[in-house]
Amino acid sequence: MQMDRVLFGDNQFFGVNHMSEDKARAQQMRFQDLSAVIETLDAAHAEGIRTFMCTTHDRVAQICDHMRQNPERYADYQFYPCMPYAHKYANAVTEHGMVEALRRFLPEDGAVSAMLKGGAALARKDVAAIMQLLVDAEMKMFAGLRTPVIFMQNVIVDLLLGLGFKETFRIFHDHVREKYQAEPGYITMNLPLLLDVLEAQGIENPVVCANINKIGFRMCGGVQSYEQAIATRRFRPVAMSVLASGALSPREAVEYVCRQPQIESIVFGASSRANIRQTKQLIDELTAAA
Amino acid sequence: MIRLGIVGLGKMGLSHLAIARAHPEVELVAACDASGYLTDILSKHTGLKCYSDFERMLSTERLDALLVATPSKLHASMVAAALERGLHVFCEKPFVLDTADGERLCALAGAKGAVTQVGYHYRFVAAMQEAARIVASGALGRVHHVRAEAYGPVVLRQKGSTWRSSKNEGGGALYDYACHAIDLVNYVFAAPDAVSGVVRQGVFSRDVDDEIYCSLHYANGASGQLSVNWSDESFRKMSTKLSVWGTNGRLNVDRQECQLFLRESSVALPQAPAGWSIRYTTELTEEVWFYLRGEEYSAQIDYFVQSIKQGRKDGLNNFHSAILTDRVVSMILSQPQASSVAPAAGAGATSGGKSKWLKIFG
Repeated sequence: MQMDRVLFGDNQFFGVNHMSEDKARAQQMRFQDLSAVIETLDAAHAEGIRTFMCTTHDRVAQICDHMRQNPERYADYQFYPCMPYAHKYANAVTEHGMVEALRRFLPEDGAVSAMLKGGAALARKDVAAIMQLLVDAEMKMFAGLRTPVIFMQNVIVDLLLGLGFKETFRIFHDHVREKYQAEPGYITMNLPLLLDVLEAQGIENPVVCANINKIGFRMCGGVQSYEQAIATRRFRPVAMSVLASGALSPREAVEYVCRQPQIESIVFGASSRANIRQTKQLIDELTAAA
Repeated sequence: MIRLGIVGLGKMGLSHLAIARAHPEVELVAACDASGYLTDILSKHTGLKCYSDFERMLSTERLDALLVATPSKLHASMVAAALERGLHVFCEKPFVLDTADGERLCALAGAKGAVTQVGYHYRFVAAMQEAARIVASGALGRVHHVRAEAYGPVVLRQKGSTWRSSKNEGGGALYDYACHAIDLVNYVFAAPDAVSGVVRQGVFSRDVDDEIYCSLHYANGASGQLSVNWSDESFRKMSTKLSVWGTNGRLNVDRQECQLFLRESSVALPQAPAGWSIRYTTELTEEVWFYLRGEEYSAQIDYFVQSIKQGRKDGLNNFHSAILTDRVVSMILSQPQASSVAPAAGAGATSGGKSKWLKIFG
């Protein structure tokens, strides 16, 4: 399965900006109405970007509805879901406690809640079942839409990585392949460390999305170790935070990524048609030149 | 290698566990939590040695340091037990609920020569450190006012039954949110000498405060305001902001950026021109070895590890500094609530509110 070179990200829609809370809020206001979001997605679509890489935020469900209602217009459209939208879980854990929060996100299923209550002897299979059910719950909103790559969000990947919950990556991998015939992907801020663990789990040539930018913003292990990993290790890199939230000039930023031929895809978010076009053209131009 | 134990595997505990386990100079020896569900999973799937009995963990394992991330009411006794055994201690915030306990623990830590730290992670946010550096430089002139704000979407409807919603256990926005804002004031400017005009009330919670407002007073005449509300859904996650006014300018800082306005440039801060200068987290933040939710969470754990290695007992967020924050919380709690006028019931209040808005927006 080939990934598109350019993927459209969703941070701008949900008030995520790593440089300024004011900018984040302004974007939140601008994209309050679904129509503004759709308009921007359409602008990206018109520029030839047909893949939306998005968190499983509640509002994405509305975008999915819109796409389903207009199947002809979005015949070639596809999603790369990134799950879960972590603040949803974090806030629920603060409010309800860990186990209760988990229970709330699982589908209504007597057997599962009974299992969570039981607690004592959890066999390996049960963790797999919980994980599979959580993935299925997050995937519901994409029913009937194309989702060729399904990502595990970085907060979860890096939490599991730090805790040493290594087999969960394999469980996710197998479930995504088997149930969704999709390619499992992993988003991380700790690329070199994650690659070691995925390899040890026998996950071959995984899709891994990480910050890849010239200034080393949120690239744990450092720019050099990232460059080396990209050049020498067998995985399918997707570059995010290429512009380092605006800390770099677009040309300089894209040049840096395009110089590394192993990087398969670049995900970026933008709000205006002009910015989308500029960045898309820049990637096309510098990809062709590389 | 620092042999670390951890007690309490709630949200913060798990986050600390992941970060500490990834630290190259830490050997995470064992963890303890009352929830058998969680410890069973962790020990089975990650090979972590787990206990349900805190005393047993302390008496069985040979530890250098303990990380305490249990509900706040348990902090004092657990920290004391660890110090008695000669361990260095990292304790989640708020430190302890009773400042007398805090003083006792400080003395004990001093007697034992322990490294201590409390989890006020905002002091490890690069933009906040930049703000502290600017204020300390004196470039703002005489600081006369400071405002600390923290808002977020934690309690958004009536209900709630975790320890965070129980007053006696260190719950409520005062302990969960306001502590951070107060600690930042203490860090960037100074600990206030008195508080007044305290408003503490539930928005949705029955037993704890969802919003806290008060004035801060300094012996040198400076003043401040604290404004905290964790029932504000307009924020995606906790947002903490500090503003400092001085005779030569003003500073605004949050997690992302540090904005400085100087009336005149200052020799104390040669790189900042007159007018606005803005520095962003992207340029200020130093790389950490492992990233989970923000560099600051990793940086504070690394700082604790380095403090142990260097024998640094007066480092950032030590117990003494955390007591200053606890003391402000005590002052807020001991103040009579500012009188409030009950809103008129029914439609009258609504239409009054509406006409006020109409006035503003024409």
